[in-house]
Amino acid sequence: MNPFSSGTRLRDMIRAIRACKTAAEERAVVRKECAAIRAAISENDQDYRHRNIAKLMFIHMLGYPTHFGQMECLKLIASPGFPEKRIGYLGLMLLLDERQEVLMLVTNSIKQDLNHTNQYIVGLALCALGNIGSAEMARDLAPEVERLLQFRDPNIRKKAALCSIRIIKKVPDLVENFMNPAASLLKEKHHGVLLTGVQLCTDLCKISSEALEYFRKKCTDSLVKVLKDLVNSPYAPEYDISGITDPFLHIRLLRFLRILGQGDADASDSMNDILAQVATKTESNKNAGNAILYECVATIMSIEDNGGLRVLAINILGRFLSNRDNNIRYVALNMLMRAITVDSQAVQRHRATILECVKDSDASIRKRALELVYLLVNESNAKPLTKELIEYLEVSDPEFKGDLTAKICSIIEKFSPEKIWYIDNMLKVLSEAGNYVKDEVWHALIVVITNASNLHGYSVRSLYRAVQTTGDQETLLRVAVWCIGEYGDMLINSAGMLNIEEPITVTESDAVDVIETTIKRHSSDLTTRAMCLVALLKLSSRFPSCSQRINDIIVHYKGSLVLELQQRAIEFSSIVDRHQNIRSALVERMPVLDEATYSGRRAGSVSAVASTSQAATLNLPNGVAKTAAAPLVDLLDLSSDDVPAPSSSGGDFLQDLLGVDLAPASSQSGINQTQKSGNDVLLDLLSIGTPPAQSSTAIPEILSSNQDNKSPINILEQLSSPSAPSGHVSSPANSPMVDLLDGFAPKPQKPEDNGTAYPSITAFESSSLRVTFNFSKQPGNPQITLIDALFENKTSNSCTNFIFQAAVPKFLQLHLDPASSTTLPASGNGSITQKLRITNSQHGKKSLVMRIRIAYKKDDKDALEEGQISNFPRGL
Amino acid sequence: MIRFILLQNRQGKTRLAKYYIPLEESEKHKVEYEVHRLVVNRDPKFTNFVEFRTHKVIYRRYAGLFFSLCVDITDNELAYLECIHLFVEILDHFFSNVCELDLVFNFHKVYLILDEFILAGELQETSKKAIIERMGELEKQE
Repeated sequence: MNPFSSGTRLRDMIRAIRACKTAAEERAVVRKECAAIRAAISENDQDYRHRNIAKLMFIHMLGYPTHFGQMECLKLIASPGFPEKRIGYLGLMLLLDERQEVLMLVTNSIKQDLNHTNQYIVGLALCALGNIGSAEMARDLAPEVERLLQFRDPNIRKKAALCSIRIIKKVPDLVENFMNPAASLLKEKHHGVLLTGVQLCTDLCKISSEALEYFRKKCTDSLVKVLKDLVNSPYAPEYDISGITDPFLHIRLLRFLRILGQGDADASDSMNDILAQVATKTESNKNAGNAILYECVATIMSIEDNGGLRVLAINILGRFLSNRDNNIRYVALNMLMRAITVDSQAVQRHRATILECVKDSDASIRKRALELVYLLVNESNAKPLTKELIEYLEVSDPEFKGDLTAKICSIIEKFSPEKIWYIDNMLKVLSEAGNYVKDEVWHALIVVITNASNLHGYSVRSLYRAVQTTGDQETLLRVAVWCIGEYGDMLINSAGMLNIEEPITVTESDAVDVIETTIKRHSSDLTTRAMCLVALLKLSSRFPSCSQRINDIIVHYKGSLVLELQQRAIEFSSIVDRHQNIRSALVERMPVLDEATYSGRRAGSVSAVASTSQAATLNLPNGVAKTAAAPLVDLLDLSSDDVPAPSSSGGDFLQDLLGVDLAPASSQSGINQTQKSGNDVLLDLLSIGTPPAQSSTAIPEILSSNQDNKSPINILEQLSSPSAPSGHVSSPANSPMVDLLDGFAPKPQKPEDNGTAYPSITAFESSSLRVTFNFSKQPGNPQITLIDALFENKTSNSCTNFIFQAAVPKFLQLHLDPASSTTLPASGNGSITQKLRITNSQHGKKSLVMRIRIAYKKDDKDALEEGQISNFPRGL
Repeated sequence: MIRFILLQNRQGKTRLAKYYIPLEESEKHKVEYEVHRLVVNRDPKFTNFVEFRTHKVIYRRYAGLFFSLCVDITDNELAYLECIHLFVEILDHFFSNVCELDLVFNFHKVYLILDEFILAGELQETSKKAIIERMGELEKQE
C-alpha cells in the first residue's frame, strides 16, 4: 500500500500546516500530529508506519524534534517491501547521522540489503551507506561494496564507487582493496560510472601516495585518451550542456590529471597536448565552457612547468578578468592568487584591472581582489598601490572598511620606504577610517613617531591639521592627543619645520582647544578621555599660560562618574595645583620607545591574547595585584572637601597613572613579567602600552635606584605632605611598586603594617607543644599564602628528630620548606621555624584547612601528635 | 566535495536540506539561517558565490527559491553552478514545470531525485534522461 497516493494523510497534514496563520497555530498542529505518531509507535502500528515516518520527516524539516522516530526507521528498513524500505532509508538519512549509536543497529540490515536480489533495494542501501555511514559500518561493509563495484547494472556500479569514497575516507587502511576495482572503472564507457570512477581514483590518490604512484603509472595515458575522446566526441544529446558533451566529466578528468601530473615531469609531459587542446578549443561564451577552462587553467598551473601552456593559461585568466560576468571575474581572481606563485610578473600585468575589482560593488569580488592586491604589493609598487587603496577607502562601503584598512595598514607597515611616508599614509588612513583601525596599528604609529625625532614637529602639526578637518575618528584623535601632549611646544613654535610643510600658526590655547573638544566630545570613549587628561597634565607644564584653564578642565572631571577619569582628574589636579616644583620633571617627554622590543612583544602577544593583545600583555606586574590589594584610599591626601578617591587597587593605580592601559582586570599575563626589572614597570607607567627604551631619562633613573625595593611604598604619599595623617591603608599584597616620586620628596615612611594583615593563630597546642602560624601573602598573587610556622616546646626536655607533616584537601597545594632544625630545645631555649606555602585554587570561595602530624623523640621515646587546623583567618 | 545542499524560499523556510557531513541539529538550524541571510539580499548581478565560514556557498535563485551548495574552497565554482542548474532542470522535467508547492508536497520525491543525482557529496549522474528514467523505474517499485 502506498501512503502517498491513496491515503492522503501526509498531504492533509502538510495542508493543515500550511494553512496555519501563526507560529503558535503551527506548533499546535505539529504537536497534535506528533502525539498521534507517538501513540502509533507505542501501539507498534505497522500499516501506517511509513506514512508516519514520512510525516515525521516533514515535521523535522520544519525544525521540530523528531528523535522518537529513529527506531521506527530501523523497523521500516528491516521490513521486506520496497516502499517501506525506501521511506525507512530516507528517514534514516534525514533523522540520523553517523554519530548516533542507533546507527550501529542498522548495519546488519544494510548488509542484507546490499546482498538483496532486487537491485533497487541494493541501490537504497548503498545510498544510505554513502551518505551517513560511520567508520565502523565502513569497515564492516567494505567487502560488499567492493564486490558491487563489478555489479552488472551500471546504476549500482556508480553508487558503489561513490560509496567507496566514503569508506576510504573513513577507513584509509582500506585503500589497497579498492585500487584494482577502481582502476577497472576507468575503462567504462558509461558516463555515470566513468565519472564516479574518476572521482574514486582521485580520492584514492589524495589519501595514499601508493595509490597515486599506481594510477600514475597505469592510467595516465589511458585517461589522456579518454579526455581526448570526450573532447572530440560528436554531439551527444543526453550529456550535452550548451554545446559541450558532459562538462562535468571534463572537469573530473582534468582534476584527476592535475593530481597525477603534479610533481611528475613524465606524466605532465604526456598530458600537455590535450591540455593545450582543451585550453584553445573550448568555447568560452557559456558557463559550462568557462568551467572547463577554469579547471584546465588550474591543472596547467599545478603540473610540472611548461612555459607555453602557462602563457596560454595566464591569457585565459586575463580574458576572464575582463569578462562582464561577475562569476567569471571572481574565479579569475581566485586563480590568479594561485598563479602568483608561478609567475608573479604575468599577474602584475593585470594589476590595474585587479585594483578595479577591489572597488567592485560585490563583496565576494572585493574580498578576493583585495587579497590578491595584497599579494601583489612589493617595494616598487607599494607607493602607488597604497595611494589607490587609500583613495578608495574614502568611498568604500562601511562594512568593507574594516578589511580594507587592515590590509592597507599591513602594507604600509611592511613596505614603508621612509618614516615620513609611513606617518603621512597612516594619518590618511586614520582620518578616513580611524574607527576601523585596530589598537596595534595606532600604537605602532606612536612608536614610529617617537622614533622619528626629526619628524616630531611635522607629525604633531599634521595631526593638528587632520583633526581640524576630520574630528570624528577615534583613533586619529587619540594619536593627535598623545602627540599634542608630548610635542605641544613644537606645534606652537613650529620647531623642526620641513621644507614641504606649509607654515601654520597655532596658539597655546588652540592646542588646548583640540584636547578640550576631544574630551568633551560625546562619542569619545574612556581610553580617549583618559589620554586627554594625561595630555592636559603634560600641557599644563609646557604651556604655563594655559595652566589655569587646563586645571579648570581637569577639575571638571573630578566629579566624573567614571572611576578611571575621576581618579586621574583628582590626581592630576593635585599635581597641577600643589606640586609646581616637580611638575615639569614629572611630565617630561616620553623616552623614545624601542621599535624592536615593541614589535617583538607585539608578535609575542598575538598568540597570547587575540583581541586586546596590546593592552593585555603589556599589563604590568602591578596589574595582577588588583584583586588582592587593599584599597589605597587617600593617595594624595586630598583636602576634605574633595570627593574622596574611591578605592582603586594599588597596582592598578600606578599603572594607570599616566598610561592608557585600561585593560580588563582579568589579565593574568602580567605574572610572567613580574621578574622584569622595576625599570620596565615604571617606563610602562608612562607609556601607552609600549616597551621601555634603553635610554633612560630623568624619571626612570630616579626610579631605577629603587628597583630592588620590593616592599610596598606609599605612592605619592609624600606629595601631599610629609606629615600626612596615616589614614592610609597600605596593602600587604602590593606588587613591587616603586615610589614614583621618591627623588623629589622626603624619605617615604615605612609602611607600618608590613605584611601582617592577617592575625597570627595558634594552630596547635598540646601539653608539650605549641605551633603558631604567621601569615603573609605573596605580592601579586592572592591565591598564595605564605605561612611561617613556629614550633615551641612547653616541656623541660628537648625533642629530637622533630618532623612536622601536613596534609591539605585537593583544592589546596602545599609546599613545605625544610625546617630550621630537627631539634626542639627545652622550653624557653629556642624554637623551630618552618616555612609553608599554600596555593588556594578556590581563593575567595573556600578557606584554608589543614591536617598536621608532628613526630619527635623525647626521652628516647617516639611521640606522635596529630591535629586539624580549621581556625585559619578568613580570606586566605 | 559538497558539504550540504539547501533549498530555501525567500522567507528562509527550508524546503530541502541534505547534509553529507555530520552536524548537530542545532548547528544545522544555525547553518540554514546563516546561509539564507547570506544569499537572500544579494544583488542578482553579483557573483553566485559567497564565502561561508571556511567553505564556499554556491547559490542560484530560481523564482522565489534559493538553491545553495556548500563546497570546499578549492572546488570549481562554475561547475557547481552548472550542477545546480542541471538539478533544477531535472526537477522541472520530473514535475513538468516545477513550482515551490510541488517540492513541498512531494518533498520525499525530491530527496529521491537528489539521491540519484548526488551521493556522498559527489556527483553521481550527469544525464537528465538517465535520472528521469531511473525515477520512473523506482516509482514502478512502489
